[in-house]
Amino acid sequence: MQPSIRDTFFEECEELLEAMVEGLGIIDEGSYDSETVNAVFRAVHSIKGGAGAFGLTDLVSFAHTFETVFDEVRSERLAVTPELVAVLFRAGDQLATLVEAARDETEVEAGPRDSVVKELKRYLDEPAEPEGGAAGGNGTEPPGGFQPMTLDFSALALPAAEPVAPMRSFEIRFQPDRAMMANGHEPMLLLRALSELGTLEVSAQSDELPAFDELDPDECYLKWSMQLETDSDRAAVEKIFEFVEGLCTLEITEAEGAAPPAEAPAMAPPPVAASPAAPAGAPAPAPAESAPAAPPPPPRSRVGDDEAKGGKGSSGGANARATLRVELDRVDRLINTVGELIINQAMLSQRIAELELPKGADVEVELEDYKLLAREIQEGVMAIRAQPVKPLFQRMARIVREACAATGKSARLVTVGEHTEVDKTVIERLSDPLTHMIRNSIDHGLEKPDKRREVGKEEEGEVRLSASQRSGSIFIEITDDGAGLNRPKILEIATSKGLVPPNAELSDSEIDNLIFMPGFSTATEVSNLSGRGVGMDVVRTAIQALGGRVSIASETGKGTTLTIILPLTLAVMDGMVISVQGQTMVVPIASVLETIRPTDKDIHKVGSGEMVLSIRGSYVPIIDVASSLGMHGQSNPITKSVLILVETEQRGQCAMALDAIHDQRQVVIKSLDRSFGDIPGISAATILGDGKIALILDPDGVVQIGGSRADAGAPILQAMEFFDE
Amino acid sequence: MSEDVTKSLSGRDLKFVTFTVAGQNYCLDIQKIREIRRWTPVTPLPHASNGVLGVMNLRGAVIPIYDMASRLGLGITDPSERNVVIVVAMDDNLFGLLAETVQEILSVTEDQLLPTPDVKSESTREAIQGVISLADDMTRILDLRFVTGSFSRAVA
Amino acid sequence: MTKVLAIDDSRTIRNLLRMSLENAGFEYHCAEDGRLGVDAFPDVRPDVVITDINMPNLDGYGVIEELRRGPNATKVPIIVLTTESSDELKARARAAGATGWIVKPFDDASLISVLKRLTGHAA
Repeated sequence: MQPSIRDTFFEECEELLEAMVEGLGIIDEGSYDSETVNAVFRAVHSIKGGAGAFGLTDLVSFAHTFETVFDEVRSERLAVTPELVAVLFRAGDQLATLVEAARDETEVEAGPRDSVVKELKRYLDEPAEPEGGAAGGNGTEPPGGFQPMTLDFSALALPAAEPVAPMRSFEIRFQPDRAMMANGHEPMLLLRALSELGTLEVSAQSDELPAFDELDPDECYLKWSMQLETDSDRAAVEKIFEFVEGLCTLEITEAEGAAPPAEAPAMAPPPVAASPAAPAGAPAPAPAESAPAAPPPPPRSRVGDDEAKGGKGSSGGANARATLRVELDRVDRLINTVGELIINQAMLSQRIAELELPKGADVEVELEDYKLLAREIQEGVMAIRAQPVKPLFQRMARIVREACAATGKSARLVTVGEHTEVDKTVIERLSDPLTHMIRNSIDHGLEKPDKRREVGKEEEGEVRLSASQRSGSIFIEITDDGAGLNRPKILEIATSKGLVPPNAELSDSEIDNLIFMPGFSTATEVSNLSGRGVGMDVVRTAIQALGGRVSIASETGKGTTLTIILPLTLAVMDGMVISVQGQTMVVPIASVLETIRPTDKDIHKVGSGEMVLSIRGSYVPIIDVASSLGMHGQSNPITKSVLILVETEQRGQCAMALDAIHDQRQVVIKSLDRSFGDIPGISAATILGDGKIALILDPDGVVQIGGSRADAGAPILQAMEFFDE
Repeated sequence: MSEDVTKSLSGRDLKFVTFTVAGQNYCLDIQKIREIRRWTPVTPLPHASNGVLGVMNLRGAVIPIYDMASRLGLGITDPSERNVVIVVAMDDNLFGLLAETVQEILSVTEDQLLPTPDVKSESTREAIQGVISLADDMTRILDLRFVTGSFSRAVA
Repeated sequence: MTKVLAIDDSRTIRNLLRMSLENAGFEYHCAEDGRLGVDAFPDVRPDVVITDINMPNLDGYGVIEELRRGPNATKVPIIVLTTESSDELKARARAAGATGWIVKPFDDASLISVLKRLTGHAA
């Protein structure tokens, strides 16, 4: 089996699971119709079908049970109750788990799986099984019909499997019915297949053949008597007529011994006289008359390569948008090339600027158009990688259910803005942090049902997951309506772990942010959920790796909101081109609050060598970028520097001192090789118009290192220094 | 070790590019080499140490450049235009390695590959996959993983 | 070359069919639901049709009905691809006009042997 087909299968499983969850959601809301139910059934059924092809028996058997229950719903033999929906959701989760396990070739825990199977089977124990599939009662067992199917054709596939099989002799009488011809059978092919089993003597009886002008081309007037000498057994012979059983008159008689059966056999098993098929006698309708009321629309020529088409029409229903399935590689190559184009455009601008043409020269006007077009192409290409967050959000519903089950809490997930589109990679890499944050919200945020009742809240808590796009960034918020952060406890933990000096005075928001600190973990009570050794610091790191940031806001008694802010795309950003000791660098515009050319009176020395900037009545620390980055050259005195005021996560507002600001432009982000590890203060690199590489500064990092050299003692810095390592 | 060498370098006709680092002879399997460029100044990285010279723009890709001499504990190269950067591929990533000079392409057969002599220095043993004996000398087969791999540890 | 039109909404199954059939020297065409399959029929003019049963827009029985009795009525063999081998299903498929059936999961040999049997295609 080629791995690529296997990959496709698991890819498709993802889509099918999404469709399934979406359908279950609609069923849960109660606004479903039969197509919704069919879509879910098909999704589960397709997973089963594919899994069978790969021999994933666990997955097949679970999907089968699940599907059987769903079939009951589909045929309205089983009423949709909230309890049933809950079981179906659990079964959906379990199916996803099994798919994952099959993909990763790991084992699933048998306990939870078996308990879901048991729950499902409870719904199958009902007596209503009038037209069940396989033999054997109520269908709670995987019907025998499903398992042994691969055996079906083995006789034919390996006709010479028994080289020493004795020769047998069969007499076969065969007369096709009209229906057999109508179903696309060709008697000659059957005869040929028979002849391949051994030596076949055929005689056709044409005595029923009418005169030529009465001949009905759809009718078969011939009947055949055949004698077959073969080393195959009776089953193999019957196999050939498998598909026409009931569509013909067929007698197969085996002569005992090798003697040719001259007469009608006495001892042989009774002839397999296929009963004439019921519809066979009915007049075959003339094609034109029986055409369906509405003729199919003119052919849309949409057959062809799977690779060239994509639309997963089944999920939503009728009007799926036409889509194109493209290899990710191609898109990424295109994105790279567009990146080159942007760089090339920057280079061209620079060359043209160097020419010092008169203002308003034609070439500059054209260049503006070129810039616009390049930017449009870029946005278009980026949009290809953009995907709605919906599947990601859908997966979180499962996390909520699991977390509730583990903690004995009750919560519903409300999702908002799930059509917001985010870069594919971001979506992929958001899954883990989001999972952790949601678990955290339920584990630490929400109160137990009885506690909630006490304080006058609904017993079922709410976790709201929302996505939106605002001013060039993606906002993802996780809000719970729980008790809010327990600040005294957080402070106590942070103090006991030495993350904060005792008797430190921190603002509420500073306390809240302590949970993101490395080494902070609120798992004093051992929780088997969020306390798996991953703290919120890991979440923060993961978000920062995507060029984003995360913040927290909490109101006691009302709940907590975690906000993730991400750049719209990973590949480009607006940057401010600066220089530090002669080296050109880029600061993300998103983090720049303002630029300041300070005068002497704005700058104050604090303690031993630390500087602060006085701005609008408050003081912010000044961080020298060059020394923060460990550059050893000569820096300008601070008063000759340019200051960039940035907002940082850990130290609030800071002023970064550097030598000069040159330009503001869009830059293509080139990630630095992973083997570098983390370079403090640097997030990535870009290539400038002159082909040189410029590093992209990470203001948070710069400020963090810069601050770590600060001496204690300056009162206005005190609160901030607690965040330093 | 010798098993590793023969396994990873199996094949009848092998080609190595030889070069010098701080006066010593080294070589690399030609299949690992993408191109060889003259040295041009690179963009330094902050807090870089241990033989990382910086990053270079290679047709739109940002690739790290290592000073092989420093990585092999042979001192620090003061790069000039006479030096070369050997661009190699490892695990789909490109790296540049600063060498003194490139010498020649060496065709050898498998039986000319010898295991690393039992030298005392552990770092030498780690850095070298084996040696090839030449008429009057020998050349060391560089282990790319050593030259590029341990870097993240050095920084973190 | 014998032309096959495969109608199945599962990409995995389509891929498996493509692999098996192309290896065996069939010309492979496919459609991803029943409606598209019926629409494709006159363009492809296949020598044999393989269809799934559970599909959106038009299920397998519908496909057979339309191919047998629709405006482009045909007598080419139509093979049903199914995960069940129940007699009920077979009877229903046959009443609709199916020529034969293949039970999933199928192996190459049985698939090709059924196709050979019903089309006379020499693999």
